[in-house]
Amino acid sequence: MFYIYCPHCEEHREEEEFHAVGQAHIPRPLDPESCSDKQWGEFLFFRDNPRGLHHELWVHAIGCRKFFNITRDTQTYEIKEVYKIGEKPTFTADVAVNAVESTT
Amino acid sequence: MSDQNMNATLSYAQTINAMQQRPVTESGIVGASPLAHVDFAQLATAQSGQSSTVELTELALRTHIVLRGSLNNVAFVEGVKAVLGIELPGALKMHSAGAVSIRWISPDEWLVVAPGARSNEIEQGLIDAVDGHCAVVNVSGGQTILRLSGSDAHKVLQKSVPLDVHSRSFPIGKVVTSVFAKTQAVISRNAENQWELVIRRSFSDYVWLWLQDCCAEFDLVIKQDE
Repeated sequence: MFYIYCPHCEEHREEEEFHAVGQAHIPRPLDPESCSDKQWGEFLFFRDNPRGLHHELWVHAIGCRKFFNITRDTQTYEIKEVYKIGEKPTFTADVAVNAVESTT
Repeated sequence: MSDQNMNATLSYAQTINAMQQRPVTESGIVGASPLAHVDFAQLATAQSGQSSTVELTELALRTHIVLRGSLNNVAFVEGVKAVLGIELPGALKMHSAGAVSIRWISPDEWLVVAPGARSNEIEQGLIDAVDGHCAVVNVSGGQTILRLSGSDAHKVLQKSVPLDVHSRSFPIGKVVTSVFAKTQAVISRNAENQWELVIRRSFSDYVWLWLQDCCAEFDLVIKQDE
């Protein structure tokens, strides 16, 4: 069993109910007409593939059907935090680096 | 265009063209449950008097209305309360009064279930009462309800859903939309040993077949809907 916390249902639910949608925080260009092909192509097709912290968009597909964000460690699969759309993550790559430096 | 601009000239009711969703008797069209082919009435008669640990009842042809709107929209919240006499429930809760109930589906979505004969009356009442950025949609034809009761009903759920159905985490009055077998269901606990599943019309036969397999080790008896 693998539980994920849904911030809208406010409880942990089985992973089976959720679906990963991909990298979070990718704003659509406000004026697509004035984008170069490179900018538009990068918005559409290019995603980060970090080793470590990754912010992801998930949807509670068989549940409340709402989207939310997860900060996940791609090495350990540990879910660091869950936050709603529009909120800022507290775990970021910068914070993680600082934490490591302060402990060493 | 913002909400304010859209609503400046038209109320919600003026933007909606609601139709009588239930087949009219005079037309000769008989409304049928998606599980009509099972003939629960005949099964219930044949099995009456049998001892059971799981009882199954189809609550067929009920009114199902989906409400979408924000809790911050006073016209929506108060309008629903005025028509149904029930407040919109919070997360994972179900409120009911008599034969009418409201299930929480998501932060801005609720499901109203009422007797089938009141379909048009309730739908039109809600449309007239609410206003602002919201929606009232009659989905009666799209889903049906199965009621499971009896001393082994919770064991049937334990075999079918990835949820803890102990009263610690699933108390009476809680509603959860989750995986049920290989489909989905809106699962609610109405009493200690009574559960209701709101299922999709197109999956109802699958759920019925699943329940029969699932109940092979229990004593399943079909009960007639009063």
